[in-house]
Order: sequence, then structure tokens, then C-alpha cells
Amino acid sequence: MKQDSFIYYTLHLADNALILGHRNSEWCGHGPVLEQDIAITNISLDLIGQARNFYQYAAKLMNKQNAPSPNGKEVGGEFTEDKLAYLRDVREFKNCLLAEQPNGDWAQTILRQFFFSTYQFYLYRQLQESHPDEQLAAIAAKSLKEVTYHLRWSSEWVIRLGDGTEESRKRMLNALENLWPYTGELFVPAAYETDRMDLKNIKEQWAQKVKDIFSEATLPYPAEGWMHTGGKTGMHTEQLGFILAELQFMQRAYPNSEW
Amino acid sequence: MPLQDLEKIFQDKIDAEIKIEPKDWMPEAYRKTNIRQISQHAHSEIVGMLPEGNWITRAPSLKRKAILLAKVQDEAGHGLYLYSAAETLGTSREQTINDLHSGKAKYSSIFNYPTLTWADIGAIGWLVDGAAILNQVMLCRTSYGPYARAMVRICKEESFHQRQGFEILWVLSKGTREQKAMCQDAINRWWWPSLMMFGPHDSESTNSEQSMLWKIKRKSNDELRQNFVDMIAEQVKVLGMKLPDDKLKWNEQTRHYDFGEINWDEFWNVVKGNGPCNKERLEARKKAWEEGKWVREAAAAYAEKRKPQTPKGALEAA
Repeated sequence: MKQDSFIYYTLHLADNALILGHRNSEWCGHGPVLEQDIAITNISLDLIGQARNFYQYAAKLMNKQNAPSPNGKEVGGEFTEDKLAYLRDVREFKNCLLAEQPNGDWAQTILRQFFFSTYQFYLYRQLQESHPDEQLAAIAAKSLKEVTYHLRWSSEWVIRLGDGTEESRKRMLNALENLWPYTGELFVPAAYETDRMDLKNIKEQWAQKVKDIFSEATLPYPAEGWMHTGGKTGMHTEQLGFILAELQFMQRAYPNSEW
Repeated sequence: MPLQDLEKIFQDKIDAEIKIEPKDWMPEAYRKTNIRQISQHAHSEIVGMLPEGNWITRAPSLKRKAILLAKVQDEAGHGLYLYSAAETLGTSREQTINDLHSGKAKYSSIFNYPTLTWADIGAIGWLVDGAAILNQVMLCRTSYGPYARAMVRICKEESFHQRQGFEILWVLSKGTREQKAMCQDAINRWWWPSLMMFGPHDSESTNSEQSMLWKIKRKSNDELRQNFVDMIAEQVKVLGMKLPDDKLKWNEQTRHYDFGEINWDEFWNVVKGNGPCNKERLEARKKAWEEGKWVREAAAAYAEKRKPQTPKGALEAA
């Protein structure tokens, strides 16, 4: 059972990275200015790379324990990164709700990235420093370098837009209203993450960082309020079904093919 | 110095294979031709992101998704170098982009064709990038320095893209019946538009002669097109696929492949805006630009606020 929960946890990390990476990739070719089109695509690439590392590791663990898939469905043959990304349905995905929220305008994309990168930064740091599993700690260490850049980039944009023009500020406030209720879930532990991670500590660091950047951006730090939860255990928003319909189309339409 | 002397010095440099640099004197028409060509090239990179970008969210594996993302990102980078090269001739990026949006500036017509299946991503890499490379290898030696140097970097990445495209098709060609059919269908649809990428016949090309004299171009449209046909006619055998041209045949005498006539009516129609996706492509670019306006304004306003304050009178004193 303990091993199952460790596999779930690895999948949760993978799903977070994949779904946010997918969302960011929707910008490619449509960014507000060429340099930022390149930057957001870069972040997307980093996240998809992280997802691949986590999926490959989860697949290895699953093959080793010769387990039926976590949802009991027959996949045929060995697990692979692609089977895990392309053949699970909405209820089996374990990403946080924040990751699947739509891109909206540039303000919403930036704020989503900032909230998430801040979370990933402290999370990966903790994984790197104190997770007993060496492979997970190693993936976190590698990813942390990338996330450090994502955090810096998104912080700068939060400040620029918060303290830019009247319109950019209005848009940031609007994004804040949309996204804030999805931030609480980051720190509500699912059963599979309780025994390993100190989310309370991550939450404190996250809140401090957000306060610091918001203060520079002249944005208000909201009161806690009502928070949505459920993504970590497969209770998603309607958004995820559409993401998967697109993401998984080829593997579903042409099963058992090499690409 | 009299104009004739300046023109002579300029042409002598070109004849001696010395690159023309931004601050050198150059004929107005040379400047204009380079601006037109470099910006058209930049726009092609940027508009070219769209048909392939279409498939990023639907790529069939995580590895393919990552490769495609990186590829489309490379195109954005190429656009960036090329807009910078155009700026050295005294045109701003904003002006250049406005010309694209108003329809004054063109981009490669190939990007007005739709990407319908995953195999199209392979076909674009192999055929479209393959055709582009022949042109670009030539441009590495073009007479305008900044353009030539941008091309050297671009060529390295493009040849990588072409191999990736070929590899996508190679995997499909070894795959299931459906995958093989998908592969052949994409080749059928992209072959003729790829041949059109080299432009009209030499006899019909208005800009060619002067460009050759100035060494902006070094090979004619028809020459490059023939090189392309010779290359692809061999490569397609490796895939076990066919090019959709009954007239394609090796000619012992010319040591080249003969091939059928391009549908020039289709070519000119797509150039004029009647291609399957002309509207969508331009609309997508305009939309991105217009929706990004507030972002660019905010960034500029913020930068202005954070500028170190100059004490009054400091500028005058300096």
C-alpha cells in the first residue's frame, strides 16, 4: 500500500507538470511579443520535460511491482511515460486544479505561472533536501534549476503588470479574483502525500514570497476565503476533460502504434 | 563624392565578395530589396509557427511534443534574428509587423495550406524545411552582412528540423496500414506547394536579375527547384513512398530528374490571398498582436517608471 501511495505521489507531480506545460504550450505562436512567446514556450518545454522524468520513474516503479494499473484497467504490455500521459482519464489525473485553469489573458497566464512556480520552487527544494527516495530527489534537484528561472520570470511580470498601466493592473486584479480560490488546494495534502511532505512549511514560504512580490507589484494580498479542492484526488473542473480530449486524441484514435 | 563613384565602390565590393555592412553606402534599391526580402523571410518564420503550432497540443507522444515545441520555438528565434537584421537597414520591427498585418508585406505561401494530420508535421519538416534550406544555404553567402550571418545560425537549426521531419515520416512509413496511408497522403498534399516555394520560373521572376547582380541571390529559382527535386526524389525511396507526379523521371542526359509542370494558377491564387488558410493565418497574427498591445504598453510604462531619475539639467550639462 505504501508503494502504491508513492506511485500516486509521483504521478501527481508528473500530472501537475504536464497539464501546466500543456496550457502554456497553447500560447506558442500567439504570444504578445516575440521574446515572450519564446519565454513561455521555454517554460512549457521545461515542464513537459519534468513530467517525462516523473512519468518514466512512475512507469518503472509500476513495472517493477508488476502491478495492475492504479485504476485496475488493463493497459497491455509494460507501462511507459506515454501510456501514463495518454491513456488515463480525467478521474485518474492527480494534478492540482490551478494547473488546468484556462490561459485567459496574459495576466491570468502570468499569475497562474507565478503561483505555481512559487509552489514548485519550495516543493522541489524540500524534495531535493529531504525526500528519502533518491530518484525523486534527483529529479527535483534538476527541475529546481528550471523552476528558479520560471519563478524569477513570472515574478518580474507580476510586478510589471501590477505596477504598469491602469489596464494591466485591472487585468491582474481580475486574474487574482479568478485564480485565488485555486491556490488553497496546493497545501491541502492528499492521502498519498501526507507522510512525506511538510506542506505547512511550504505554505508559509509560499505566502511570504507572494506577499513580497505583490507588495512590489502594488497588488493586494487577498484574505484566505473559500478554496476549491479535489484535483489531487481526481475531482477536476470541466476544463481537464477538454485538455485530455486534445492531448490524447492521437493515442486514442490510433491505439497501439509507434510514433 | 559623386553618385557614380559611390555606386562603383559598392559594386566593386560586391564583385570582390566583401560583405556590405549597415553603415556602408548602398543604393536605395539595394536597401529596399533587402528590407523586402529579409522582412518577408522573418514573417514566413512567424506565420510558419501557426500550421505546426496547431499540432503541439495534439502531438502523439511526449517526446514528439517536446521536439515540436522546441522546433516551433526555433522558428520564433529565427524571426527574431531576421527582424533584427531588417532593423539594421533602418526599419523598425513595429513598422515591419504593421506591413505584414496590412497585407503590404508577404510571407511564404506554403503556410497558407492546412495541417490536417500528424503526418503533415513530418512532411513540413522534410519538404518545406528541405526547400527552405536550399534557399537559405545560398543566403549564407548573400552580400548583405547581417543577413548572411543570421542565415548561418538559422541553417544549422533548419537542417536539424529537416532530419526530424524525415524521421517522423520514416516511423510512419514503418507503421500500421493507417500510418502508411497518412504518410503518403501528407506527401501528396505537400509536394506541389513545396515546389512552388521556389517562386515563379526564372523567365517570369521580376526581382531576380538585379538580385543576382548584387549577389543577394546566387542561384535562380529554377536552379534551386531542380536541386530540390533531385534531392527529394532520392530520399522518398528510403521511405518507400511516392511523389505525386507521373512525369517524374531520371534523365540520363541532363543528369537531373525531369518533373511535371506546377499549377501556376493555384500558385498565383494563393499569393493573392485565395489559399485555404490565408485569412486564418493573418487573423491569428493580428489577433495576437492586438491582444498583446496592453501587455507591451504595460511593460513600457513600467520600464519608464523604473528608469533612474536624471537630475534636472544633467542632460544639458553632459
